[in-house]
Amino acid sequence: MNHAAGELMTDKNVIPLIEARMGQSLRIHSLPRGKIRAYFIRLGISEGDSAVCHERLPGGTVVLKKNRQEIAVGHKLAGEILVIVTEKGRAA
Amino acid sequence: MTPEDLHERVPHREKHRHIELGFLQPDLNTSKIVLVGNPNVGKSLVFNALSGLYVDVSNFPGTTVEVECGKYKGFELYDTPGIYGVSSFNDEERVARDIILTADIVLNVVDGTHLERDLFLTQQLIDMGKKVTVLVNFMDEVEKHRIDIDLERLRHFLGVEVFPITAVKGIDPRAIDAAIGAAREGTQRRELHSRLHSMLSMVGSQGEALLVFEGDEIVAERHGVPPGTKREESYVDRRNRVNYIVNQVLRDVHPHNRFSELLGRWSVNPITGVPLLLAVLYLAYLFVGKFVAQDVVGFTEGEIGKNVWEPWIRELVGLVVPGPSWLGSLLIGEFGVITMTTTYLFFLLLPLVAAFYIALSILEDSGYLPRLATMVDRTLGYLGLNGRAVIPLILGFGCVTSATITTRLLGTEREKTIATAILQFAIPCSAQLAVIAALLAGAGFTVMLVYTVVIVAVLITIGTVLNRMLKGSPEPLLLDLPPLRLPKMGNVLRKTYIRAFQFMKEATVWFFIGALAVGVADVTGALRFLQNALVPLTTQWLQLPPEAATAFIMGVVRRDFGAAGLYQMSLEPFQILVALITITLFVPCIASLMVMMKERGLKEGFVIWVGTWIVAFFVGGAVSQILM
Repeated sequence: MNHAAGELMTDKNVIPLIEARMGQSLRIHSLPRGKIRAYFIRLGISEGDSAVCHERLPGGTVVLKKNRQEIAVGHKLAGEILVIVTEKGRAA
Repeated sequence: MTPEDLHERVPHREKHRHIELGFLQPDLNTSKIVLVGNPNVGKSLVFNALSGLYVDVSNFPGTTVEVECGKYKGFELYDTPGIYGVSSFNDEERVARDIILTADIVLNVVDGTHLERDLFLTQQLIDMGKKVTVLVNFMDEVEKHRIDIDLERLRHFLGVEVFPITAVKGIDPRAIDAAIGAAREGTQRRELHSRLHSMLSMVGSQGEALLVFEGDEIVAERHGVPPGTKREESYVDRRNRVNYIVNQVLRDVHPHNRFSELLGRWSVNPITGVPLLLAVLYLAYLFVGKFVAQDVVGFTEGEIGKNVWEPWIRELVGLVVPGPSWLGSLLIGEFGVITMTTTYLFFLLLPLVAAFYIALSILEDSGYLPRLATMVDRTLGYLGLNGRAVIPLILGFGCVTSATITTRLLGTEREKTIATAILQFAIPCSAQLAVIAALLAGAGFTVMLVYTVVIVAVLITIGTVLNRMLKGSPEPLLLDLPPLRLPKMGNVLRKTYIRAFQFMKEATVWFFIGALAVGVADVTGALRFLQNALVPLTTQWLQLPPEAATAFIMGVVRRDFGAAGLYQMSLEPFQILVALITITLFVPCIASLMVMMKERGLKEGFVIWVGTWIVAFFVGGAVSQILM
């Protein structure tokens, strides 16, 4: 994992993606193992990458945005992905 | 550039191939060009431009499941399903993988506005040791978004030729020839390359070595070697390299907030997405349900079918076969194979199906459907379905038969079963909907409300029960959302033509067989016997007039026959309610039953079919007993 140097890694910072709010800038802390992780890496998202919580739907489905790429993540999966909020963001 | 030139340039062909794929039998005399790319990158447009053949172009990730093959200047040309990487994660990938393994030249189409995503596949193809040329598509959008791609540096880093194209505006054949001629092996990471070469004695080609190295179980099994365990490391290395390349070649990316981005966002969030969905459905209804189902079909069926075609053919056949004879009634009688079936097929069904495919193709090409799937994912999860299942369910309102075929796009057998069952039980098709709507409009608001509530309740119950009964859970949603784009009308029409043609090809036989079966039953008296047998159920349990039994029997052949039969009876509002509930839940039409059995197997198809009989009469009767 290539986290930014000096970033403080405490449990408090790490939340499941499902708890992220719209507009927040995130750093991907951990992805589920196996094929799902491979899918994410192919789409351009690996551990340590930055992305924005583009949408957070009622029920927990999240749309992640990285540059122009938008990826919809179902609520179950969003519960298994851990992220670090790097910027509170403004509700867009 | 001809295949012969290529052979000179490519002296060493892979000698060791294990792939036996029927239509893909390696023909050692012809060189294969294979088009590869992520979903929705315009690959199919390139294929069409080269081969002149048409393939489906769609915006829903992964719908091009079938493979198209054509010829281009003596080369064999293959299109592959859209994939994000080469492996065996799903059917599309397995198909694409095997075609890529046999390719002599790979034309890799990438979306210039999504380089970061697309170059992963590009680098993987290069790592496979394939001769690759990259076609960077959507250059018009790249310019519009003021994305600056340094193509020279991209060539340098990838080690292969890179051509900018805008496929929707046409492709210069000279550029394609140049692209084919320039295909070569690209820059591979040295360590990986030597590692793969050390595996060559076991697996034959560098491409297969890479797949085994990255844990592809199927390719490993073909060569009798254990699958590698380095997938993740290899993927992360490749991803890092791609990110590095993208950082080097992409400059000055201006963030945009275009209208389509805003609309894309609105379509995902339920607060704005639900009104948007309603608006989309209303527009579709205006086009399919009002304009085509009423005006166009009114003319084709009412005028051409009933007033021109039927009298003419009846007279013509009547010259040879007397109308009142048994053969006469089979051919040109009430359920005549020549009269009624032809009218239904060509003057009623064809316009409806074509209209529906136009609407669907527009939705697909616009990129709206993956967003809709995202919005409804959580809700459909309660029915054991992934958000993607919204596509066949919506399609079902047009035609349950073609919707049943679309369940193929769902990830697991479990989801295919649930979606098929919901379609066959609770979704009325457009042909039936027209009659149902007319009957409901006459029966008043309460009846309409109760009808809707009962049907929705049955739909939810079936989904929930199957979700509990069948092992497993819905596939988690992980969907790449393509940007919203304005569909190209030419593409929509070509696609509609292909689909409507395929539908007619599939359905026609079964319509004739169905009509013939009912005709024979009518002539032999079996129809009357069945109707009489159903009467106690109809009159006592459902509390409907005895003639309603005829409508149900007709519903076996075609759902709207049944509904239309009810239309001619004088029924009380509550009888209308009971009759409509029963006929909606009742068995699917013959064509749809046949397609279901083909897709889901004889046993499952039969269980669902019998289930519809039981549920239809049980629910219809229960409503009747409670209300009357």
